[in-house]
Amino acid sequence: MSPLLTIKNLVLEGRSDETWTQIVNGVDLTLNKGEVLGLIGESGAGKSTVGLAAMGFTRDGVRIKEGEVEFDGIDLVNASASVKRNLLGKRIAYVAQSAAASFNPAHKLIDQHTEAPVQHGVMSRHESEKDGIELYRKLRLPNPDEIGFRYPHQVSGGQLQRAMTAMAMSCRPDLIIFDEPTTALDVTTQIEVLASIREIVEEFDTAAIYITHDLAVVAQMADRIKVLLKGDEVEEADTRTMLSNPQEEYTKSLWAVREFKRPQKPAVASTATPVISVQNVTAAYGKVDVLNDVSFDIHEGRTVAVVGESGSGKSTTARCITGLLPPRIGQIELDGEPLPLDYRKRNKHQLRQVQMIYQMADTALNPRKTIGEIIGRPVQFYMGLRGSDRRRRVDQLLEQIELEPDQYRNRLPSELSGGQKQRIGIARALAAEPKFIICDEVTSALDQLVAEGILRLLAKLQDDLQLSYMFITHDLATVRSIADEVVVMKDGVVVEQGPKTEMFKPPHHAYTDLLLSSVPEMDPDWLTNLLAERGVDNIGAAAVDKM
Amino acid sequence: MTTLLYLAAALVACFLLGWVMRFAGQSLTGNKPFFRDMPMAVAFGYVLGAAVLLFTLWYYFQPTVDENGVPVAGVMFFRWAVQFFVISALAAWLFRLLGRSVGTDGSRKLFRSMPLTASFGILIILIYAFVAIFAGAIAPYGQAEVFQQVNALPGGDAATGGNPDHLLGTDQIGRDLLSRLIYGAQNTVGIAFATTLIAFLLGGSLGFLAATLQGWLDQVLSRGVDVLMAIPSLIFALLLMTIASAWAGSEKWLLTVYMVLIIALIDSTRVYRLARAVGLNIVVMDYIEAAKLRGEGLPYLIFKEILPNAYAPLLAEFGLRFCFVFLTIASLSFLGVGIQPPLADWGTMVRDLAQFINFAAFSPLTAALPLLAAGAIALLTVAVNFVVDWMLHKSSGLKE
Repeated sequence: MSPLLTIKNLVLEGRSDETWTQIVNGVDLTLNKGEVLGLIGESGAGKSTVGLAAMGFTRDGVRIKEGEVEFDGIDLVNASASVKRNLLGKRIAYVAQSAAASFNPAHKLIDQHTEAPVQHGVMSRHESEKDGIELYRKLRLPNPDEIGFRYPHQVSGGQLQRAMTAMAMSCRPDLIIFDEPTTALDVTTQIEVLASIREIVEEFDTAAIYITHDLAVVAQMADRIKVLLKGDEVEEADTRTMLSNPQEEYTKSLWAVREFKRPQKPAVASTATPVISVQNVTAAYGKVDVLNDVSFDIHEGRTVAVVGESGSGKSTTARCITGLLPPRIGQIELDGEPLPLDYRKRNKHQLRQVQMIYQMADTALNPRKTIGEIIGRPVQFYMGLRGSDRRRRVDQLLEQIELEPDQYRNRLPSELSGGQKQRIGIARALAAEPKFIICDEVTSALDQLVAEGILRLLAKLQDDLQLSYMFITHDLATVRSIADEVVVMKDGVVVEQGPKTEMFKPPHHAYTDLLLSSVPEMDPDWLTNLLAERGVDNIGAAAVDKM
Repeated sequence: MTTLLYLAAALVACFLLGWVMRFAGQSLTGNKPFFRDMPMAVAFGYVLGAAVLLFTLWYYFQPTVDENGVPVAGVMFFRWAVQFFVISALAAWLFRLLGRSVGTDGSRKLFRSMPLTASFGILIILIYAFVAIFAGAIAPYGQAEVFQQVNALPGGDAATGGNPDHLLGTDQIGRDLLSRLIYGAQNTVGIAFATTLIAFLLGGSLGFLAATLQGWLDQVLSRGVDVLMAIPSLIFALLLMTIASAWAGSEKWLLTVYMVLIIALIDSTRVYRLARAVGLNIVVMDYIEAAKLRGEGLPYLIFKEILPNAYAPLLAEFGLRFCFVFLTIASLSFLGVGIQPPLADWGTMVRDLAQFINFAAFSPLTAALPLLAAGAIALLTVAVNFVVDWMLHKSSGLKE
């Protein structure tokens, strides 16, 4: 049997600064009917570009230089627009990373669902509507008869991602390209989407290319894995071989990322004054309480990880501590002294002690200021250093975050990579010489290797400077590697807290247990086993609702 | 009716030709993607474009005088326009070449990446600025000087009614038009620039203030602006100018100051809206939050954090606003309440000479008189917008 999709020596070029540069250097790929291929790599590895090229499509500013893309005997590189039009949506479908950005907000889900089948003449509008509802049921969306008649903003992110999968399935394509379909989702939501995608792909015997940077996810989904690095193929093997016996150095380093674990520090004496003490904080947006009686302490040189799904109140807690959202009840103490609740009433010394590192380094750094200005401002503002003193301090900080001062001092944030930007964010926080830093999802927008580098840097800085961290995250792997204590939050309430070693040992609170069990593991049987153990209806959001 | 039929037939012919061209392209090039994936509409566009180009070429070489010896204004003006276009393009190209070889490294680099439109714009703005600043030295006569010969034609050819002393002719009461055009640059452009600047200082700082502080201040300012914007701007300006002329009494320079302030106030409402909208998008960024948490004061937030990120839209608005202010001043002068005679002003010049447009059918040169001032306004408007477009492209396109 000839393969469904063959890509031979595919070379793609991207346009930047008026010249074409090669971004994918000769990738080969074959995909048989009903097979799932995992495509993994860091950002910039060219995985999405290759995924799109498999549809004979390139983004603006990208072109196919040479190579063959053959889908079921059709040459997609040289196919005419009308041939491609007939193929795309009908025989090849695409599921994008952000379903929220890919659905048209002005139309109901079912109207968008039926568009492709009707346009391609596969089904009538009525048939396609019925089929859509059937697919929604198969993907286990709540109220399948009714959910299609909602607008995209009326359903949750995980549901939207499944509705998008249903839409891709609407013409029963032979090939679906999944481009990071679960990256933006919470762990508990992710597991639902993963289970549904896997089930429906198996049921219709659809071939799929699954693009992701998360190894544990790809281990659940793919039959074979291909690793890309900077537009080159590193290696390819079937999933089990790849996981148990990776050949190349790069692949091994990817596998080893999750190995970074810091030993738990000994418990602090109960008499010690905590650096930050959150005491019975209740806070509200308008009239709705979003935090309810939250209390925890953070001691010197310790890291407290605050975990929970989106909407659980993690970031709101941070806003209370910084004083952006004054709590309705309760107080925050710094070194045993109560902090004014509103940041505008705090003095310079108090403001200096509490610093923040943000999730999106892109919006956290002023794009019009050079790195020297960004880091230099707090140095000047708090320490009163000017001129050459200021410059020396900035250079010192840049060295601390492992960036070469001469090279980076005069750059703009847009001239840095994601990981470097995050390092600048760290340097800006350090410049104030604080005791306490809030890290708000600092690694969730980064590739695993880069994220690990950031975590190691934060750990090193903590050891050198005796910093205390409050680490907001939804990624339990991060918690495992860096935390000393863990606070689990749900719906604005602390459901469980304690030292890391105890938290990762049973017995857990039911919610902690669900969170822990939803984190994908590198074992390819993990999802199968979990589904067998808990039952399909007992995972993800469905299980959260039952609590 | 027949004209419409002819037009329709021509369009159909274009469509058919487009199909033929695409088909020929497909078969001759062996189905290259360029022809293969060409939509019919694009093929039609190519043919129509070619037809229009051919027509202009044909029209350019029509005789300028018909069989009765009457000049044909359409052909003459068209020829002037084409010649002017070619000369401007050449001048812009030469200017860019000059910029690329002379000056500092920075300025040379700037010119290297500059499109021709931008270098044309810069050249024109430089010329205007030079003329405005040195008007007194360049102009052959004073702006209020009245001569014997009225309505002399441009070109200075005595045979057609011109006067070699007055290169661009004289106006209806015998003032030298070239001198008045030159002084007009000083008055009109200078005042328009000052007005736009005041409008931006006022509207911009209030807009950013409203965006940063929000709350009741924002409400008060925004509703106030809404009220001002609800009144048609030209009528409002006329009304205020009437009041101002009563205040100014016989002090004519005072009236000009009032005019600057009134137009600045009215235009600052538009700037306010833009600055507030742009500012609102910027204040939600994390770096603003970081600065607030650092304890930074309001001036630092507005001028160091927000303003640098708002340059691009504000600059674009500045270019447009400058043109609008310019046109408002011209309209007010045209209506008689703007820049007061005997000061030369392009708006007034257009008004005073407007009736000569009626002579276009017999004497294109006469009709060109009011077009001189109008052309000066149009040219500057185009030039400013060329430069602004380029700056916008530079600040947004390259780095992201």
